[in-house]
Amino acid sequence: MTPLTSCLLLSALLFAIGLAGALMRRNAILVLIGIELMLNAANLNFIAFWRYGPNPEALTGMMFAIFSIGVAAAEAAVGLALIISLYRHTKTTNIDEVNSMRG
Amino acid sequence: MLFTIFAILTVAGAAAAMSLRNLVHSVLALTVAFAGLAAVYLHLGAQFIGLAQILVYVGAVAILIVFAILLTRDAGATSQSILSSSWIGNGTVVLVIFGILAWAIHHSATSQRVVLPQPEASMQQIGNALMLRFALPLEIIGVLLTVALIGAVTIAMREKKETR
Amino acid sequence: MTWIVRDLWLIPALPAFAAGLSALARQRNRGFAASLAIGSMGLSFLLALCAFAHTLASSGHGEPAVKVFNFPWLQYGSEWLKLGWMLDPLTAVMLIMVTFVGLLIFIYSTGYMAHDENFTRFFCFLSLFAAAMLGVVIANSLLLLFMCWELVGLTSYLLIGFWYQKPAAAAAAKKAFITTRIGDLAFLIGIVWLYSQAGTLLFYDNGAGCLEHSTLMRLIVQTTCIGMAASTGIALLIFAGAVGKSGQVPLHVWLPDAMEGPTPVSALIHAATMVAAGVFLVARVYPLMSAHGGVNLAPSSTTALQVVTWIGAITAVFAALIAVAQDDIKRILAYSTVSQLGYMMMGLGVGGVAVGMFHLITHAFFKALLFLGAGSVIHGCHEEQDIRRMGGLKRFMPITFATYAAGMLALCGFPLFFSGFWSKDAILHAAQAWSISRVPFYLGSFGALLTAFYMTRQVYYVFFGESRLARHSHQSHSTDAEHHAHGVSDSPHESPAVMTMPLVILAAFAILLGVIGTPAWPWFDSFLKGEPATFNFAGFLESGILRVMLFSSIIVILGLGLGWWFYGRKPIVSAEEPDALERLQPQIFDLLRHKFYVDEFYQDTFIRWNGWLSHVSDWLDRWIWNGAVWAVSYFVLGLSWLARSADTYVVNPGFDEGCRTVTAGGKLLARLQNGRTQNYLRLVGVAFAILVAFLIWSGVQ
Repeated sequence: MTPLTSCLLLSALLFAIGLAGALMRRNAILVLIGIELMLNAANLNFIAFWRYGPNPEALTGMMFAIFSIGVAAAEAAVGLALIISLYRHTKTTNIDEVNSMRG
Repeated sequence: MLFTIFAILTVAGAAAAMSLRNLVHSVLALTVAFAGLAAVYLHLGAQFIGLAQILVYVGAVAILIVFAILLTRDAGATSQSILSSSWIGNGTVVLVIFGILAWAIHHSATSQRVVLPQPEASMQQIGNALMLRFALPLEIIGVLLTVALIGAVTIAMREKKETR
Repeated sequence: MTWIVRDLWLIPALPAFAAGLSALARQRNRGFAASLAIGSMGLSFLLALCAFAHTLASSGHGEPAVKVFNFPWLQYGSEWLKLGWMLDPLTAVMLIMVTFVGLLIFIYSTGYMAHDENFTRFFCFLSLFAAAMLGVVIANSLLLLFMCWELVGLTSYLLIGFWYQKPAAAAAAKKAFITTRIGDLAFLIGIVWLYSQAGTLLFYDNGAGCLEHSTLMRLIVQTTCIGMAASTGIALLIFAGAVGKSGQVPLHVWLPDAMEGPTPVSALIHAATMVAAGVFLVARVYPLMSAHGGVNLAPSSTTALQVVTWIGAITAVFAALIAVAQDDIKRILAYSTVSQLGYMMMGLGVGGVAVGMFHLITHAFFKALLFLGAGSVIHGCHEEQDIRRMGGLKRFMPITFATYAAGMLALCGFPLFFSGFWSKDAILHAAQAWSISRVPFYLGSFGALLTAFYMTRQVYYVFFGESRLARHSHQSHSTDAEHHAHGVSDSPHESPAVMTMPLVILAAFAILLGVIGTPAWPWFDSFLKGEPATFNFAGFLESGILRVMLFSSIIVILGLGLGWWFYGRKPIVSAEEPDALERLQPQIFDLLRHKFYVDEFYQDTFIRWNGWLSHVSDWLDRWIWNGAVWAVSYFVLGLSWLARSADTYVVNPGFDEGCRTVTAGGKLLARLQNGRTQNYLRLVGVAFAILVAFLIWSGVQ
């Protein structure tokens, strides 16, 4: 198995684990942690392709990864702020109980 | 060899982060996963990204999550399940997705690709790229971070006296 | 064209205008209505004199001068219906007669109807009648003639039923109208047939009229399905109208009942003018009646004229027989009129236009005289009409008696001095010379005998002997007492001058008119034919005229003698004693008194059939036509019920079901949104998986 394939597999595994956590855990913060993991897996994907891709001099993969890190940080901040605000409102972080926006 | 170790570390950390009951423990495991990833980046030759990963993720995001945990701590430890109520269906979906991804990777043409030598990614080149080719995204990400900062502060601010 | 021919329409228009104004006047304005009527009639009389003078001036050149004035009236499609009036000798003499006699009767009516409260209405109707009759006379179009003919019938109805509160009068008016209507129906069919064959209804139209030669030739040639020539068929149908209007035998039943109207009405309409309209009609369409194909045939031997003659002769005798046994003074005169009309028809049939028309003119004068005299008698006897209750009036009403006697002798045809003799003689002479048969001559002679007999009977009953008037109490004649200042006595009295003056004038004419028709100076005959008339005593020596004169004189004297024998020798003492003839032959007398039971026969047959027919029509209307309408309406109702049920049970539920399905589907879909984030995320994951699988499967590397 080529290094690229192993990187990609690792990235896929991380993504799956992150998705599993986001979908299966009860706490809202753990959902966010799962999302962070997924983003990291995507970053790994970018870097892997940058390293083993056809045109590493263009630094495209690396740039993409840099911006992805930036965006992930911003998103984590806002998400956590939302969770804190939600906690203040409903006194719980259990997302099963936060279902008042339903049809 | 090194790669395998780092990979196992990362996966273990991620799995632990997702499955521990104690939130702080899961954050710590997440930090380990981040660190493992940073090591992988360094191994792949993306030094800047690796160090940026440690700086941002381990240094900022994980700390932020810890703060959030501390601010939203329940008084008593819950005895209910850590899994959400719809974990069966969700789990199935996750397995399916992983299966598809793995199969896609396995069957794609990337598995036959020729390995290139280590590329050069000096700071100079990165700086050049940021300032020249990727100037616009740089500025936008600056704005985005500013907005996120202001937004997060606004959202998490204590509400005024009249609304409860 | 001279002014009189162009303005001939004024003659009927003036009385019509008077009628219109009188209709708007109130019942109080008696003088206004009467003077309008008499004035308009007087003016019409003057215009008629002008017309007569004009015709006199332009005649005498061998052909009767016919002046016409036609105008288009109604357009339908590309055809025009034309109307018009004409002036020829026949028209001129009729105009003079109608306006003159009408004027005298109008003057008489002012006296007779003086204490009737509907005076104004009476004069309005009288003027309208005069207008209609004059319209009939001057019409050059069969259509215009028919329109005025119908108007004459209408005014006759109005005048017979003038005292409509009396049920007998109302019934009589209805009977008159319906009976004449039967004749008019045949008349109308004849008109339509004529129009369809000839294409025009104008009589004279520069050679294109329906009485002119070319059209007549066409009509003779066309035959109907039963082999009768079209001209004969049309002529018979038109004659049927005359039968109704002039009271010939099958349709005579209305005339005696029409005596329910006031006496001036009987005088004007049912003696002098309206009933004469039928005779006038036959005279007018005489070219059609006498049209024949061969050259050797005499004009009087066409089928149509034979029918006319026979019906006339039968009517003359039939009515005279009935008149012998009647007791109402006016009814005797009515049957006498029917009989004389039969004579006129017979005269037209055997002798031609001049013979029939001469008797019509003389009859108008003396019959009007007799009716007005009867009115005077009735008036003087305080509305008594039964001759058995009158008597001895010779003493009380001398003028009436003298004039009545003159009229009676004229009617009988007393030799030489009275006009009736000359006119009746002409008829008998022509009948005797008729090529088809001698029977009409014998019938006519028998009728003359009967005429003399019943008139003598009437005169003896009314004027001679002692007065048999019942002594009525004063209360029933209070209105009379106001007007006539009787004092205490109830005896009959002479009528006022306004009533006796016309009597005298008419009597003078009844005597003098004979002059224009004697064989020595056949002025009337020549005038109608358009030839110059010469005065020549040698006319008396022509083919058997003296013989017929002698024969008819004997007949008359025989009749008068028989009347004297039965009724004059022994004065009639009481009103209840039976008639002298009745004592002799009770069964025959009874049959005659009951008018041969004709009315009863009609009642049992035609009236009964008509009633049955009306029941059938009522049943048809009620069950069939009404039922059809019901069926349609119920069908429509059923359709609407069906539509409503469909709407309620099919469409509405279907629609409701559809809506419910949509709502349920919506509810179903709404379950996807349960507000749980992880479910949403799972959905994203599923979609991602499907997408990737699809991409892989479609071959993306």
